[in-house]
Amino acid sequence: MITREVPLIFTAGAPGRTGYMPPASDVQEESVDTLIPAAYLRDEAPPLPELSELEVVRHFINLSRLNHAVDVGFYPLGSCTMKYNPKVNEAAAALPGFARIHPYQPEESVQGALAMMWHLGRYLCEISGLHAASLQPAAGAQGELAGLMVIKAYHEAQGAGQQRREVIVPDSAHGTNPASAAMCGYKVITVPSDSQGGMDLEALQAAVGPATAGLMLTNPNTLGLFDANIVEIARIVHEAGGLLYYDGANANAILGISRPGEMGFDVVHFNLHKTFSTPHGGGGPGAGPIVVCKELEPFLPVPVVVKKADDTYALDYDRPQSVGRVRSFYGNFGVLVRAYTYIRRLGPDGLKQVSETAVLHANYLLSKLKPYFDLPYDRVCMHEFVLSGKRQKAKGVRTLDIAKRMLDFGIHAPTVYFPLIVDEALMIEPTETETLETLDAFVEVMTTIAREVEENPEVVKEAPHHTPVGRLDETRAARQPNLRWRPS
Amino acid sequence: MSYIPTTDAERQRMLAEIGVKSVDDLFAEIPSAARLRQPLNLPAGCSEAEVFSHLKTLAAQNADLDTYACFMGGGVYDHLIPAALTDIVSRNEFVTAYTPYQPEVSQGVLQSIYEFQSLICLLTQMDVANASVYDGASACAEAALLACNQTRRGTILMAEGLHPEYRAVVQTYLEQQDLKTVIVPMQNGTINIEALSDLLTSEVAGVIVQHPNFFGNLEAVYDIGKAVHAAGAIYIACVDPISLGVLAPPGAYDADIAVGDGQSLGNQPSFGGPSFGFMAVKEALLRRLPGRIAGETIDHSGRRGFVLTLQTREQHIRRERAASNICTNQALNALCATVYLSLLGKQGLAAVANQCLQKAHYAQKQLCALPGWRAAFSQASFYQEFTLECDHDIDAVNQRLLEHKIIGGLPLARFDQRYANLALFCVTEARTRSEIDRLVDVLRTL
Amino acid sequence: MYPVELRYTKEHEWVKVEDGNKVRVGITDFAQSELGDVVFVELPDLDLEVETGDNLAVVESVKAVSDIYAPISGIVAEVNDKLSDSPELVNQDPYGQGWIAILEIQDASQIGALLTAEQYEAYIEESK
Repeated sequence: MITREVPLIFTAGAPGRTGYMPPASDVQEESVDTLIPAAYLRDEAPPLPELSELEVVRHFINLSRLNHAVDVGFYPLGSCTMKYNPKVNEAAAALPGFARIHPYQPEESVQGALAMMWHLGRYLCEISGLHAASLQPAAGAQGELAGLMVIKAYHEAQGAGQQRREVIVPDSAHGTNPASAAMCGYKVITVPSDSQGGMDLEALQAAVGPATAGLMLTNPNTLGLFDANIVEIARIVHEAGGLLYYDGANANAILGISRPGEMGFDVVHFNLHKTFSTPHGGGGPGAGPIVVCKELEPFLPVPVVVKKADDTYALDYDRPQSVGRVRSFYGNFGVLVRAYTYIRRLGPDGLKQVSETAVLHANYLLSKLKPYFDLPYDRVCMHEFVLSGKRQKAKGVRTLDIAKRMLDFGIHAPTVYFPLIVDEALMIEPTETETLETLDAFVEVMTTIAREVEENPEVVKEAPHHTPVGRLDETRAARQPNLRWRPS
Repeated sequence: MSYIPTTDAERQRMLAEIGVKSVDDLFAEIPSAARLRQPLNLPAGCSEAEVFSHLKTLAAQNADLDTYACFMGGGVYDHLIPAALTDIVSRNEFVTAYTPYQPEVSQGVLQSIYEFQSLICLLTQMDVANASVYDGASACAEAALLACNQTRRGTILMAEGLHPEYRAVVQTYLEQQDLKTVIVPMQNGTINIEALSDLLTSEVAGVIVQHPNFFGNLEAVYDIGKAVHAAGAIYIACVDPISLGVLAPPGAYDADIAVGDGQSLGNQPSFGGPSFGFMAVKEALLRRLPGRIAGETIDHSGRRGFVLTLQTREQHIRRERAASNICTNQALNALCATVYLSLLGKQGLAAVANQCLQKAHYAQKQLCALPGWRAAFSQASFYQEFTLECDHDIDAVNQRLLEHKIIGGLPLARFDQRYANLALFCVTEARTRSEIDRLVDVLRTL
Repeated sequence: MYPVELRYTKEHEWVKVEDGNKVRVGITDFAQSELGDVVFVELPDLDLEVETGDNLAVVESVKAVSDIYAPISGIVAEVNDKLSDSPELVNQDPYGQGWIAILEIQDASQIGALLTAEQYEAYIEESK
């Protein structure tokens, strides 16, 4: 990692320079104002940067060197499943037959693309134990929104749309759950967790009723714990006439072991960028396909990829009960290619090994770290677990300080202060692709920091010390927002 | 072999540390009713070589734009992509990083987002931009929701010239919250300004106008803006970012929100995704802008740095009262745009935009001279897309063109039967004169 | 520090009776220290009519959002515009320059229902 500042692209270069030009035009050039009335034209060209190709390359390569990434080092960011992203997936997505096709080409000229999508949909149905898929949602949050729309459309078709106005979420849920429910026009009912970190059945029983449209749940939940009452939870919600939504953020724990369908869920979204190893890209693109049970199939977004009697594939728009569209075209196709490649590469045995190893790795770390940090729920965990920095807080060191100190050791910090129900939470997800050496090195770092908290807390409180910049002033950023460069 | 490094011996060591006998014991909490009894019914796994060969076979069944000359647009455009861009955005430190939750080790992503926001503002002549949303359609939907929240009104007008799929997405989003969408009809290929005036009641929160519109035509953006503002509504302009190399930016015609799809800025067509949507607003609307926003600040020793800021707008803090449920943006696709605009710069972008304009007009003239083909909206000015009316069956024409390694104009009947016999052609800088002439020659022989 | 001339609510707002039928409203020192650095205050519109318990304003720190409820029914007569540019006043001087709004009230008897400094202090102690 370099430690020097990279100047803004706007302050580099020189007037008249350019890094790329199209080939000279080979058609007769007309005067622009004979083609377009002058009022529509731009007065002067936008003041974009003027740099040579090399200057641009250096600028961005130097910027890239300021980033931590999975390909650089360990990334135990809970709930984000920062596993290794195999390179063959990238090679597949870059094939011209995938990267360079237009969404409106005649269907017979994109049969390979449609076949891939249809099969990926089938695979996700099998993995979830459900019936039909839509690959359209562009991200997990959009999958949540689309899934809730499907639930809403179902209740409306049953004539219960007016009564069923509430969506229940546990207090441990991802922020997107209540935000998606609100965006779907629902009232959000928050239900507390029980002493074991699971859903409080009594509170759930009290919360459900004729107004319940559905329950959104992550299982394993955001504490990394499998809710053993899941079948009972499903019964309670279904008996009240509600449906169950599975937030697939934590699906890396259950591949080939347990399926949302058997748990009793009616709708699932998967985060292909988590479970199915498509790269996170610094915050997208992801993909959040949804899979639903048979009763909900008519309501899926349009279009849906179908296989016709003659074994060709087509896009079906003729679905009168559909919720409509949530995205243009067919979703984040390039991401779908990568996930498809991953599933085909691993197969059923490989996928099961993924979850088994992810859970093994997490429990190993949990066992090693337990003596040094508070553990709010002392149970076998799934693919991730949540520690509390309470003990360290008593010494005047916050979880945020611990997180920043980890950066000094070349490790990305875990997810911190989430879930909200754990004080000073540290959520750790090692994933299956890390070696035992890396896990042991991580334990070493964590125990070193725990010791520093006792012996030399200042070094932790002032961390990080070895990163390109020190701890940044977020208050200043928010009080005096500087959100763009302006020409002087 | 599943990219898993753990050996049997290591597994035993870990199990011993945990204090269980087998990996299966770790799953004991899963009730038997929720356990999968049989293996997943999926194709068996295979080697890297085998899977790549399979993917190549699938890819080969698609007519790709390296082999076929594409005259189709409608929201996805075949522009030239600099080799340096492809190289830069494949950099592992960009590709395999995540949302910059720890800014001290994410300055590359954060600075590039800040530069992206700046570039979008420069292009659109707006005050502030976010770090991107999913696509142009969801950008329109988010803008519509923003307008409703800001004005506390419940109706959004959408010009008929807004991409039909964008209109569909806006409608899907809005109807969940019982907000209304109304289409402002078109007359001769552009918005019917009288109809707009009639529809602009005190219930209208915002108006979405695409410019150039879906049919390729330039809208009367200045007059529309005046009408929209006179009614106290929010003016939302949906624009093609490359067109802003020659066309007046949304800031010039007083748009309150500028949105659009960014695929054309260095992203591959990729069957329609992933790309990104951009969203830029006037300062007054900043607090309602959804999604991530990067901002400049300093560290304890005064060094400049960037962080995600104004986060209280977002779902992880405000939960059900957030501006939107959006979590991540489309960072890598937005990075393509940042690199693209940096490489082309002031001159390059102007040259590309001008060339699209010139080549499209050259092609339109040739095509309109053919028997059975004529401009659908002869009065309207256009940029790089134009709509033709055709006496032939357009799908059959496109079949014929495929045989000649050409992807023809977009048959608009797929969106609305009222558009039967209309085809939308697109000509970018990537098309050569000889490709255009070949298209004309094949159509002449019909 | 809980000035005795002010009245308080369990939502950690303070109320100061001004001359006539006006009250000034802000958040307590305890509230500002719990929130941390205030970065933004969303002020109510002038002439907004609020009932006791209605949303009056929103105070934001970097990673938290806190609703400010009307401690008393009334009409918003004045807001502290200074907070738009200097939200830090809420931290620096919560009972002075960090005030949020002035309400014109109809029913002065509602003031009697608010906590005294002593009661508020006791409330803070017991909820610790």
